Amino acid sequence: MHITINGDSRTITDSIPLSELVKSLNLEGKRFAIEINKTLIPRSQYTKTVLNADDKIEIVGAIGGG
Amino acid sequence: MADKSDDTLIIAGHTFHSRLLTGTGKFKDMAETQAATEASGAEVVTIAIRRSNIGQNPDEPNLLDVISPDKYTLLPNTAGCYTVDDAVRTCQLARELLDGHTLVKLEVLGDKKTLFPNVIDTITAAKILVDDGFDVMVYTNDDPLIAKQLEEIGCVAVMPLAAPIGSGLGIRNPYNIAEIVENANVPILVDAGVGTASDAAVAMELGCDGILMNTAIAAAKDPVLMASAMKNAVIAGRQAFLAGRMPRKRYASASSPIDGLFL
Repeated sequence: MHITINGDSRTITDSIPLSELVKSLNLEGKRFAIEINKTLIPRSQYTKTVLNADDKIEIVGAIGGG
Repeated sequence: MADKSDDTLIIAGHTFHSRLLTGTGKFKDMAETQAATEASGAEVVTIAIRRSNIGQNPDEPNLLDVISPDKYTLLPNTAGCYTVDDAVRTCQLARELLDGHTLVKLEVLGDKKTLFPNVIDTITAAKILVDDGFDVMVYTNDDPLIAKQLEEIGCVAVMPLAAPIGSGLGIRNPYNIAEIVENANVPILVDAGVGTASDAAVAMELGCDGILMNTAIAAAKDPVLMASAMKNAVIAGRQAFLAGRMPRKRYASASSPIDGLFL
């Protein structure tokens, strides 16, 4: 199924949990935060959150700013 | 009289010795960011929240590797947000990113040309964030009535602009800044507009509790040296405010005694 991550379209296995996606992107152990369809997903919910087709996922971190 | 050691800035229960808060944008690279931040003596440092590098540039350095949350109090901002919803979401992401950290800098911008705040949306977003448990340091214009309203909503610090963000035009309306300071029961920090060290000193002499700046340091020819200049200017301006300046007089008053004059 198709999902969108940070504006880019991607194809992933149907109905995997968010924790699987995090693992496949090699993000484990890094500092980031995720929202799906504009709703924040707390880290504690990654294994329980199943991805759906056409989900829009934003993965954000800290950069320089004033 | 407060000396330097016990003259502290308290924001949302955190005690700081430096009254200079700095941004981390616009520097040449991470090394310059780190060196300038260190030279400024800042304890509170702003960061922006943006899309992560998800594997495109695996070796790209991470800001938080040089600006460690263990060493600095991070102040995530909502720069680039033009709506209430975007600003609130950004703060929620920042809190998750930083393990429950509640101190944020709220800015809801109204116009790309001036980056002036949309004050109506800023007030709306501030209410939502305060109710959600955030400690909100809020960027606003130099309107004393709005500043007071933001304090009454529960913002932990109010941060009027002295001039547009990144303009370096200095303290354009010192009377409004002084009025905001006089009315306030929360820390007032000038956020935006400072161009050089004398601007920082002027803001502090007006009684501001601190200054938040980025471009004045990052866009200097030597950002690390300017960071040091700003550190000294903020200290000098604060000490001059505490010392109380002499009254202005129209005519001269000789500094050497008249008695014993032999001519």
